[in-house]
Amino acid sequence: MIAVLILCAIGAVAAVLLYVIAQKFRVEEDPRIDDVEKMLPGANCGGCGFPGCRGLADQLVKSEDISSLYCSVGGGDTMKRIAEYLGKTAAEKEPMIAVVRCNGSCDKRPHTNVYNGAPSCKVEAALYGGETGCSYGCLGNGDCVVACKFGAITINPETRLPEVDEEKCTACGSCVTACPKGIIELRKKGIKGRRIYVGCMNQDKGAIARKACLAACIGCGKCAKTCPFEAITLQNNLAYIDAEKCRLCRKCVVECPTGGIREVNFPPRKPAETTSSTGA
Amino acid sequence: MKNGKLIVSPSPHIHGPLSTKRLMSDVLIALIPAFIVSVIVYGVNALIVTAVSVAGCVLFEYLIQKYLLKGEPTIGNLSAIVTGVLLGFNLPSTLPIWMILLGALVAIGVGKMSFGGLGCNPFNPALVGRVFLLISFPVQMTGFVTPPKVDSLSGASMPTEINADAVTDAVSGPTLLGYVKESLANGLTTEDIANRLSYNDMLLGFKSGSLGEIAAMALLLGFLYMLCRKVITWHIPVAVLGSMFIFSGITWLIDPMHYMNPAFHLLTGGAILGAVFMATDYVTSPMSHKGMLVYGVGIGVITMLIRLWGSYPEGMSFAILIMNAIVPLINKYMKPKRFGVCPAKIR
Amino acid sequence: MKGFRKGGIHPPEYKISKKEAIQDMPLPESVVLPLGQHIGAPATPCVQKGDRVLVGQIIGTPNGFVSSYIHSSVSGTVTAIDNQPDVRGLRSPSITIKVEGDQWLETIDRSDALIKNCTLPREAILKKITEAGIVGLGGATFPAHVKLTIPQGKHADVLIINGVECEPFLTADHRLMLEKSEEILIGVDLLCKVLGVDEACIGIENNKPDAIERLSQLSLNYPRIKVVPLRVRYPQGSEKQLIEAISGREVPSGKLPLDVGVVVQNVGTAFAVYEAVQKNKPLFERIVTVTGRSLAHTSNLRVRLGTPISSLIDYCGGLPEDVGKVICGGPMMGRAIANINAPVTKGTSGIVTIREKGAVRKQPQNCIKCAKCVSVCCMGLEPYLISKLARLERFDELEALHVTDCLECGSCSYTCPANLPLLDYIRVGKAEVLRRIRINKTQQNK
Repeated sequence: MIAVLILCAIGAVAAVLLYVIAQKFRVEEDPRIDDVEKMLPGANCGGCGFPGCRGLADQLVKSEDISSLYCSVGGGDTMKRIAEYLGKTAAEKEPMIAVVRCNGSCDKRPHTNVYNGAPSCKVEAALYGGETGCSYGCLGNGDCVVACKFGAITINPETRLPEVDEEKCTACGSCVTACPKGIIELRKKGIKGRRIYVGCMNQDKGAIARKACLAACIGCGKCAKTCPFEAITLQNNLAYIDAEKCRLCRKCVVECPTGGIREVNFPPRKPAETTSSTGA
Repeated sequence: MKNGKLIVSPSPHIHGPLSTKRLMSDVLIALIPAFIVSVIVYGVNALIVTAVSVAGCVLFEYLIQKYLLKGEPTIGNLSAIVTGVLLGFNLPSTLPIWMILLGALVAIGVGKMSFGGLGCNPFNPALVGRVFLLISFPVQMTGFVTPPKVDSLSGASMPTEINADAVTDAVSGPTLLGYVKESLANGLTTEDIANRLSYNDMLLGFKSGSLGEIAAMALLLGFLYMLCRKVITWHIPVAVLGSMFIFSGITWLIDPMHYMNPAFHLLTGGAILGAVFMATDYVTSPMSHKGMLVYGVGIGVITMLIRLWGSYPEGMSFAILIMNAIVPLINKYMKPKRFGVCPAKIR
Repeated sequence: MKGFRKGGIHPPEYKISKKEAIQDMPLPESVVLPLGQHIGAPATPCVQKGDRVLVGQIIGTPNGFVSSYIHSSVSGTVTAIDNQPDVRGLRSPSITIKVEGDQWLETIDRSDALIKNCTLPREAILKKITEAGIVGLGGATFPAHVKLTIPQGKHADVLIINGVECEPFLTADHRLMLEKSEEILIGVDLLCKVLGVDEACIGIENNKPDAIERLSQLSLNYPRIKVVPLRVRYPQGSEKQLIEAISGREVPSGKLPLDVGVVVQNVGTAFAVYEAVQKNKPLFERIVTVTGRSLAHTSNLRVRLGTPISSLIDYCGGLPEDVGKVICGGPMMGRAIANINAPVTKGTSGIVTIREKGAVRKQPQNCIKCAKCVSVCCMGLEPYLISKLARLERFDELEALHVTDCLECGSCSYTCPANLPLLDYIRVGKAEVLRRIRINKTQQNK
């Protein structure tokens, strides 16, 4: 009997203590943070620049102007819904996607040596230029594959180049930071997913680049001359297409002597024109 | 040249002779003397128990790696064989085969593979298996056969009344530790016990106990071999045995009538087997020499606490497992001494 | 026997070429001289394409204090100043010279006569060393004049000369010590004069008893110099380990040898100093060990800088059939060569061929926490942990574990029974941590 009473007493005292402490040390938090966090995708990828979704939610609720905050994983719809809920205006961004700017598949870029170190691009890049004559291109050890939290990147065993799954890629940018060679770029997804970009990062002079890789940009400048919209610039023997200016006319693709410019998701050309197409 | 291409890798470009396989086979070689003694003392039973334990461990590791973890086979690194032999060494010679297999399953399945295989387990797998068996089947696990050759070789090495007092049958009895503990509890003094003990037999292995723990000399021979081959360093065994020696020495000096002397404690039970082979398990012991000493002393002290005042006569297995649990903490705080910190001679 | 105390390994020595006397490598058809052959800013070219140059003529001037002069190693015509691939296959600015004859600058004393006396004041000696483009010839290629210029408030009292050559295979320093003993001692004496120190110790591992004996005997005439035999242990050639082995002083973490009053130079550097000061000969050639277990003629060659590595190998019997890897430097810390046509530079101490059997790394297994890496680490670090954290890119923890102390000697990877590429990841982690520390510093300065 006494035992039961003592137990009850201990229980009661503990309950009161817990209650008092919980009240005393309660952290006042805006309940909207929880709500916003629930609206976010919950991938905790860090693509927004915050440690996780909660970090972004916290900032979204606290800052007056949220135009600099964006969740690329949730995309425009998510941001709009959150903005509506918070009564603020969300940034509008065009959907982006990661593109791999290297065409150096095994058949185009002959290997000159064999790498036998730890299977990591970072380790290899710290050591030397890579297994081929091109010291700018993809190393193929898949640091981007490891970095991607959405399983959107895989290394194609035939070409030994990474390929981005358009459905899964959320443009969080993890792969961009993971790549020591900086060949992955976030680009506008484009209308119907159509986009044109230079699939090369080689800044060597034309002859050297060409010797290292058949699909390299040799900096000949034909594309820049052809482009009716002045979207293509040439720097350090390398062409770059500005996605803002590009109107997807595809004239440059035909012009490129090495087939280094890639067009994605375009309908097939008429047979006469397809000769130099390298579309994915 | 690989297809006419030079191989490139970061330095260093040469690798030493060490491999996991070589280290494990050195441990196995070091265990041979103790194995021979156990076969001499316990006969064919010792062979069977060890063989079943090894076969069980290797089989379970193979199956789990292949069908559950779906990885490359890992039995080639011989670590499963080492676990098997050590588990066998920790069992009495009379244990039924199905129990040995169960022990092997727990050792490999629960103790090792559930954490991800070799290198990931926090606890010594062989001891996990042994302690599981000890708690599940206490009668079988402590029913040691008094070595049949004891009487013929040295006369009265084991007190005869043990057999008379034995609960189960005429030939099985407790280990020396168990006997001493019970005797002391029953009011006998160390003097009464002492004249019934032969330290020579303890050294050579003619005493009852689990397979591998009986032969002190053979185990020390293995220790020397491992030291010479640089498989282990001296730190852990010396710390364990040294702290046991000091601990038991103090109690013995205080009350020699009721506490056995240090030599007795070092030569009985699993002291040497534990200190040399179980506590030095790479995966579950600390990384720095300082940490190894702390870990060893911890094992020695806990073992003595259990032996003197615990309810079990022997505490080596428990002590090692307890210290295994503390190893991550030891690794965190016991860092190796860095070069260039508090230099001895700086102007 | 003296030696450093903590960690270290003893790899098989394979000093196959230790009995081969130094030979002159024939002149190549053309040389490629990179402008960045030293630590620090690359030199600025001071010749034009089409210029005719002589042996020993300055073709690159230093770009700042931590930089160095570059001299032409041949006589001929400059055919190109452009980017040429180095041993890694990466392109860097270089000067290509087509060899025509072998015409040396008039000022260079080409005789074999030993010149013992030097009456120049220390500033003049230092100036000669600077203008000769001398860098640390042990492999680190740190400009020698920078080390020899003691900043205000610092003081050196011991000069330590590194004749350890602890890397397996390499014998260039060993041969140099045997064949140019007197010259080295004069060079050391000159270095003492520049630094204003009264004590110089030449550390030599006792696997070179002939060099120890010869130098000890000759050093009796040089009261400042003493030879210290050392226990064989890798990495004794590392600056910090060598200082501890010889003087017992530990260079504190993050500090320089000068902070404990020591300056370290290589024996090769001492010889180059002799040639520069007494013979007016700038650094345009060096001794290179070309060796390997299956190489036909292992040799120690005196090579003009800029000579293609492939021609050295051809001279020594060509690449063996079973070669897997060619290393520039020693097998512990050297670089695997991706481009065999790259030139010999000031830091090329050896060319080692490794057979394919030994060149391919074994499959890594799980870490068994054997603590071998911890016990061989001469800096008292925990390679297993640092490597793992570097792989996981946890840089704050890496910094707390003093990854920046690592000298990348490779003892951990060498000894790891699980064949883990410990150093591969540690190196990347260390570089990243150093980068972050630099960024933080510049931000604080602002």
